[in-house]
Amino acid sequence: MNKLSAVSKAYLILVFTVLYAPIFYLIFYSFNSGGSMNSFESFTLEHYQAVFDDTRLIVILLNTVLVALLSGLIATIIGTLGAIGIVSIKNKKMRSTLLSLNNVLIVSPDVVIGASFLILFTIIGIKLGFASVLVSHVAFSVPIVVLMVLPKLLEMNASLIDAARDLGATKRDVLTRVILPYIAPGIFAGFFMAITYSLDDFAVTFFVTGNGFSTLSVEIYSMARAGISLTINAISGLVFLVTVLIVIGYYFVVNRGKRTEAGR
Amino acid sequence: MFNKSTKGALTPYFIFIALFVIAPIALIIYYSMLDLHGNFTLANYKNFFTSTYLSMTLTSFWYAFLITFFTLLIAYPTAYLLTKTKHKHLWLMLIIIPSWINLLLKTYAFIGIFGLYGPLNAVIEVFGFDPQQILFTDFSFIFVSVYIFIPFMIIPIFNSLDKLNPSFIYAARDLGASAWTTFRRVVFPLTIDGVKSGIQVTFIPALSLFMITRLIAGNQVITLGTAIEQQFLVSQNWGMGSTIAVFLILFMVVIMLFTGQKKKGGRA
Repeated sequence: MNKLSAVSKAYLILVFTVLYAPIFYLIFYSFNSGGSMNSFESFTLEHYQAVFDDTRLIVILLNTVLVALLSGLIATIIGTLGAIGIVSIKNKKMRSTLLSLNNVLIVSPDVVIGASFLILFTIIGIKLGFASVLVSHVAFSVPIVVLMVLPKLLEMNASLIDAARDLGATKRDVLTRVILPYIAPGIFAGFFMAITYSLDDFAVTFFVTGNGFSTLSVEIYSMARAGISLTINAISGLVFLVTVLIVIGYYFVVNRGKRTEAGR
Repeated sequence: MFNKSTKGALTPYFIFIALFVIAPIALIIYYSMLDLHGNFTLANYKNFFTSTYLSMTLTSFWYAFLITFFTLLIAYPTAYLLTKTKHKHLWLMLIIIPSWINLLLKTYAFIGIFGLYGPLNAVIEVFGFDPQQILFTDFSFIFVSVYIFIPFMIIPIFNSLDKLNPSFIYAARDLGASAWTTFRRVVFPLTIDGVKSGIQVTFIPALSLFMITRLIAGNQVITLGTAIEQQFLVSQNWGMGSTIAVFLILFMVVIMLFTGQKKKGGRA
């Protein structure tokens, strides 16, 4: 492999700098005792203190995490079952139709998803709030889980199942002891993706959240519209920390999956 | 390999598809034909074809085009150089991490950076110019959007470049092609699928941005997304909002067809 030229290196460094600068800019000023993001006065943790003292904000943080975990879990169950079901469909046309329908929610703009879910919930009569937000997060996560699990199922060797059946495994055994362990890396990846999508979502939540319920994204939006507040910077610092931890966790799970695969 | 018993697993998934994919689209189409009082009408469609909405659609497309163009312009070389680095997957991971930071936080950062007394204006002052209002301009809107979309564009391009068999490049060079010709005639055509998916994940969301327009562009830039949000949550005119959404869906389908990947045999 030939080495990168100086120009190429400079270009990459520039791109990385621009990508990370805003994030570190936010975190840097989260320690500023002055009230602005322009001049750094002295080091303080008061903005972090403010986040933890604000019970409303803590409740919102917990809500966000709760919605992410719950929606991720439910979406993973529905999505995994869906993927197993899709693989069992023999009819090619039906299978591809189902896959196209699956992709609709992935490519649809958030605004359209949000608006159509708002209509849907109003008609069904689901009160806007925790339930509507949770249900919509499940809805936009399911297709992602399906897409993560499907390749694993497709690459699975059919003789594995036949062998299990021949050796006297019940259908339930085949599912829990053969299929699920095999596709586990896909399921984990799907679960992580679902959680990150949920944590990152703003537009859909913005449409279907009522007055009483809020997630972090929606809260930051209303705070940012009111102007600069270093509390948001402190939140950024915390979010960055958690994100890095999640990334490390995700990397670990995926790599472990790869290693067991190579070890087979 | 999967027999009838596993088909039972489809039931919750079918319910999901019916309730959250088919029903919402049907409802959007139904509502697009209702006026404010719930009567059947095609006035919304007529309304859409007036100059206000048509010019808004055009500007929205123009912005989405510019955003996609600049994103591609920056992302392609980055992806290309990344595949040449030693620990390329680690570097790719580092590109992805910023995309996992909440979108709102990144956008908020630019309110500070582009502010009248922000760091960018401080740099401008060093060069002897007066501080300018950078926020609420087209530049700030496009810059922030490009910033947001870059990782999403890099990932598919990186993947297709990574899959590219280097022997093609050696062959082209051996046969006397210049570096530029090799890129133009060999590398780029072979990675066009990655570029297409990159465009897909940039252009469609760029058409429907509304948060960045509100926070960064003030109310200077109105995209299709902003208009839908406005109709649904501010004017409470769900009919008109749905009509715009119907057109947004149509545009999306057209873009998908344009950038759709042709499966060239092999295992799908």
